[in-house]
Amino acid sequence: MAFSDTLNTSKSASSLRSSARRKRSQAQFIRWLLLFAGGIAMIMPIIFMLSTSFKYPFEVYNLNLIPEEPTIENYTYVLEDGRFFGWFTNSLFIATITTICNVLFDSLVGYVLCKYTFPGRYIIFIAILSTLMIPTEMLVIPWYLMSSTFGWLDTYWGIMFPGLMTAFGTFLMKQFFETVPDDFLEAARIDGLNELQIWWTVAMPLVRPALAALAIFVFLGNWTAFIWPLIVTNSQEMYTLPVGLTTFSVEAQVEWELIMTGAAISTIPTLIVFLVFQRYIIRGVVMAGLKG
Amino acid sequence: MTTVSLNNLVKSYGDTQVLHGINLDIQSGEFVVLVGPSGCGKSTTLRMIAGLEEISAGDIRIGGDVVNDMEPKERNIAMVFQNYAIYPHMTVRKNIGFGLRTSKLSKDEKDARINEVSGILELTDLLDRKPNQLSGGQRQRVAIGRAMVRDPAAFLFDEPLSNLDAQLRTQMRLEIKKLHQRVGNTIIFVTHDQVEAMTMADRIVIMKDGHIQQVGTPFEVFYEPANIFVAQFIGAPSMNMLNGIVKGETIALDNGTSVQVPTTKLSENQQVAVGLRPDALLVQEGEGLFSGEVSVIEPLGTDTLAYVKVGEKEVIAKASGRTPPAVGDTVNLHAAPEAIHLFDAHTGEAIR
Repeated sequence: MAFSDTLNTSKSASSLRSSARRKRSQAQFIRWLLLFAGGIAMIMPIIFMLSTSFKYPFEVYNLNLIPEEPTIENYTYVLEDGRFFGWFTNSLFIATITTICNVLFDSLVGYVLCKYTFPGRYIIFIAILSTLMIPTEMLVIPWYLMSSTFGWLDTYWGIMFPGLMTAFGTFLMKQFFETVPDDFLEAARIDGLNELQIWWTVAMPLVRPALAALAIFVFLGNWTAFIWPLIVTNSQEMYTLPVGLTTFSVEAQVEWELIMTGAAISTIPTLIVFLVFQRYIIRGVVMAGLKG
Repeated sequence: MTTVSLNNLVKSYGDTQVLHGINLDIQSGEFVVLVGPSGCGKSTTLRMIAGLEEISAGDIRIGGDVVNDMEPKERNIAMVFQNYAIYPHMTVRKNIGFGLRTSKLSKDEKDARINEVSGILELTDLLDRKPNQLSGGQRQRVAIGRAMVRDPAAFLFDEPLSNLDAQLRTQMRLEIKKLHQRVGNTIIFVTHDQVEAMTMADRIVIMKDGHIQQVGTPFEVFYEPANIFVAQFIGAPSMNMLNGIVKGETIALDNGTSVQVPTTKLSENQQVAVGLRPDALLVQEGEGLFSGEVSVIEPLGTDTLAYVKVGEKEVIAKASGRTPPAVGDTVNLHAAPEAIHLFDAHTGEAIR
């Protein structure tokens, strides 16, 4: 009797275990399915971009992924067009300078807001954060008026100045500096470093993942920026790559194969930046999320 | 080496005063330990000496000079933090050498200093490692090395052993003491652990609620506590404290017993507290000071602590480790007259 009871208990425990296992594997299957669908949704436009860049104009509206008559003529055309190289260097220059400025200024402001106590600190922080809620489209008008007043229209400075420091970057860096123990800074203070040296020598290396994440965010954001560069530039020489690519759309038709070719080439730097720093970007996003 | 003096040192945060006029003179080469419970102001005092906290009133002198308005780096002190504060992105060599960054020494001189310090602290083989490749004790030694390399006038230690396990803490305690004997610098050491204070200090400063309760050698604070707080804070387990009232030649205790004490300094009906350290209250044969029933025993090896119910109060007494009493036994507790401490029940001050 006792033995059969034990047997029954053991049977029911084992069936419970297998049912739990089944549920777990079902949940995992659904999770994978959703991730797969998400992955497809993300990657399809890129595949179409690459596919279109290898097509002749007559085949563009044929939605097959593999071109019937693949060609590299689009690449030859775009790369031989002198304007493309100019737009590429404009974008590279602007994205690089903006990234450097953001890394320096956002971290400096974030550090001060995090590690120093002074009257109005909280108000300043809230004021900076509140700018995150204003859409770019609304800011474009005052930016334009400023650019026009100061003679910055159609200049590098005009394109760059709104993005040299961002509220998001400041917030991100402030959150990261929270993780740096004050003891580190105080130890450096006792060792004779001034405040700027402490920021640069002690605090900055300790938030390197955040700096890398911020650099990637800013670089990608500026590399792909469209509305503001379109508004502030007049001459084709000052165009950035996304703006320049629109010139392939003429009145009669849109030359999709050339636009896609330009877009494909323009993803190369972002791809390199992302592949090199992807572990930082993930850590940066995770930590910003945790601390936020 | 140098002297450190605190004169009427006050610290306030807004309307809240946390240090109430601290006066302390630390001699050159002395090892002084500030000890007290959390929130007593010991770390604040240390940070004010370091220059990391503003001084609300009073002054601090290091080597005779008032340093109130000096930056930390101008005070020629070095500090070791509870969390080590060694930089994770730098090697041990760079961490130790960090204190010399602003020094005018040549590179060779700096290297020689780093090598000398790492030799003293037995870190020579670890110089190229990063902190995450070190044990807790090694990290603490690196932190001490960074402090030593500058050859400061005084070392400040802010609970540096709190993050170490018990065994390592004992070992580091010994190492720091040896280091002090070797280099002879003035050391101000903050801890909440009275064992650390007793074992390391030349003098102990016991603090509570922003006031100094007593300054004295480990012997003095243990055998001649200035008040009930010191008597109970120093020594483990805490001193037994029994309230009583002076009746003629004896003190009638609130546990229903009485003790005979020299009462020349006491007045009739004066309320007092009678203190007896557990290791001075012995479980022995024959009629003693009290007798009571053993409720709990704690064997410690050589000795056994016996929790004995005397009247309504429980006292801790020391019994033999080899033949301890059993729970439920009625035992006699003996104490030498000189082991009895008397305190004023109202002020808490010692009556001597």
